[in-house]
Amino acid sequence: MGTYDYPRYAARPLAELKARSTSTADVAIVGGGMVGLTMALELARRGVGTVVLDEDDTVSHGSRAICQAQRTLEVWDRLGLAEPMMARGVTWNEGRVYHRDRELYSFNLRKDSRARFPAFINLQQYHVEATLAEAAHREPLIDLRWRNRVTAIDVAGEPLRLGVETPEGGYEMPARYVIAADGARSTIRRQLGLQFRGKVFEDHFLIADIVMDAPFPAERRFWFDPPFAPGQSALLHMQPDRVWRLDFQLGWNIDRDRELEPEAVRSRVRRMLGEDIAFELEWVSIYTFQCRRLDRFRHGRVLFVGDAAHQVSPFGARGGNSGVQDVDNLGWKLALVLDGRAPESLLDSYDAERVHAADENIGHSTRATEFITPKTDVSRIFRDATLELAGRLPFARAFVNSGRLSTATVLPADGPGNVGGSTVRSGVPVGAPCPNLPAISCDGAPGHLLGRLDGAGFVCLLFVNGRTTLSADDRRAFAALAGADIPVRTLIVDRAGGTADADHLPDPGGLLADAFGAEDGACWLVRPDQHVAARWPAFDPARVASALDRICGRSGAVNPRGA
Amino acid sequence: MIMSSSALILDANLDDPDRFYAALVESCRDLPPEEALAFSARLILLLANHVGDHAILAEALRLAAAGEPAA
Ligand SMILES: Cc1cc2nc3c(=O)[nH]c(=O)nc-3n(C[C@H](O)[C@H](O)[C@H](O)COP(=O)(O)OP(=O)(O)OC[C@H]3O[C@@H](n4cnc5c(N)ncnc54)[C@H](O)[C@@H]3O)c2cc1C
Repeated sequence: MGTYDYPRYAARPLAELKARSTSTADVAIVGGGMVGLTMALELARRGVGTVVLDEDDTVSHGSRAICQAQRTLEVWDRLGLAEPMMARGVTWNEGRVYHRDRELYSFNLRKDSRARFPAFINLQQYHVEATLAEAAHREPLIDLRWRNRVTAIDVAGEPLRLGVETPEGGYEMPARYVIAADGARSTIRRQLGLQFRGKVFEDHFLIADIVMDAPFPAERRFWFDPPFAPGQSALLHMQPDRVWRLDFQLGWNIDRDRELEPEAVRSRVRRMLGEDIAFELEWVSIYTFQCRRLDRFRHGRVLFVGDAAHQVSPFGARGGNSGVQDVDNLGWKLALVLDGRAPESLLDSYDAERVHAADENIGHSTRATEFITPKTDVSRIFRDATLELAGRLPFARAFVNSGRLSTATVLPADGPGNVGGSTVRSGVPVGAPCPNLPAISCDGAPGHLLGRLDGAGFVCLLFVNGRTTLSADDRRAFAALAGADIPVRTLIVDRAGGTADADHLPDPGGLLADAFGAEDGACWLVRPDQHVAARWPAFDPARVASALDRICGRSGAVNPRGA
Repeated sequence: MIMSSSALILDANLDDPDRFYAALVESCRDLPPEEALAFSARLILLLANHVGDHAILAEALRLAAAGEPAA
């Protein structure tokens, strides 16, 4: 493409691959797309080695995902990769909605302007994958194999066996666990004969990435029924390198080839942007979409992540972003199971929590699609009535749905991965990731909270007003929790201030305590994926220890899904 | 007026029902069906926002769908 040269990653000789595959890998990841590569890096950070098999020798073809959400940036930050993504990407927080020939309103997606990362950056999937692939190449725990197509999986015995094809011939790859990150057309899914259930939407969308110098700001613009495309919708996004994403709804009955002709696309673009803007076409494609998922994301020792597990419409940017949240959820669980500190049943909580998230994403995505493309005359009348009201009465804007943009899923507080605890009326609920607000680093320098919860293990946040309120018994309990086989590190968040070190986080003014909704003395248990698992009004080491056992699947039965 | 916020009010609840009914019919009497439908849609959205409570709205949707025979 005009502004992008695809990297070509070298394939390794078959003899070398065969030699390296005589011993069983802990984890084989099928698919080195944005989700598979993030998975490999996340596991490496937790000390787990992986073999990544990808059929291709480069990054994502053409232009797909561009909107990378805040939670995704937070996960990449743990991998040391948020900085390069931020440096390259276009930061944005605002959306603007148009109906016919007028602007209806704008909205800001950044919930808290003090957070470390914006609501979104726009960065093309090929840049994202190239950054991830370079990091994976540098990581000794990752054995990344390009031009390795998985064609078969044998789940009858232990270890699992993958059949792999390379340009030089095939070989067999034994692995204890297989993570299927092989995308919407997942070979593993088909090999296991699993149903991929959901809805197909009867609509086509045309994507045109164009290169131009344009005066538009870095914001998401969405049009309902615009004068340049009556009856349809359109979307505009800024990308890096002077590239802009235009997304046009086309309808169901179209002549695909004619729509894809460069002259037809150019005239569509000119109708939208006016005759005087000079531009070049960089990438054009037509897509349709589905909202569907697997019934379960865990099948024995095969775990499904990303598009292989679930698919949504692009409105809301929930595809890749939810795949990264799958990784966030699975990484620490698989690491604990692999080294024997948690039973395999812990992986069922990955299934329960991410199926819940997929349903939420599919729900949002389906509702957005129905709003954007009303299915009947009557639903169109309601849609247009909503838009008409939204122009003059702000309350109606809440009904307007041009895509509910990806945020972190709040996991069920009473599900298998959480303990619940006292209900919070405001602040951070159980199941939500901790907010990445300003927090003083160990060395006293300004930093952010997730940097203090580095995502390596469990952390108990203890909110106090002055350290002297802590007894010698408390200190002994912290040491015992920190020394357990699954350690829990206590981080004392002190409203009274004081000096920072590894165990103390001065919180003068109570910025963090107030954001959490934490009273003095309250105690919050945070999982390795930085999500809140429990909260209590006071610190009680016995409760922390038993909550930990439950969350890690070590006591009693894991709650069945939905319970 | 019946003071209740937890359930859909099903007893007569307007001080002057005739007055509202006349105003309602008056507002859309001369509209062609499609515009009358749009009018109704706007009205529903305004009132739904005022009610605010999903359980009450869900109950109203259920009753309006007239799935059940009259008692
Ligand atoms: C037009 C469009 C716009 C989008 N916009 C956004 C957005 O703004 N934000 C967002 O978050 N998402 C967006 N998405 C969705 C996003 O692109 C996907 O959700 C994302 O690519 C999923 O990543 P993945 O790694 O699961 O799968 P994929 O990206 O499909 O990667 C699968 C990988 O597996 C490899 N593979 C496949 N089969 C095999 C095999 N048999 N053996 C070995 N390797 C194999 C492939 O080579 C590939 O590298 C968009 C999608 C489209 C189409």
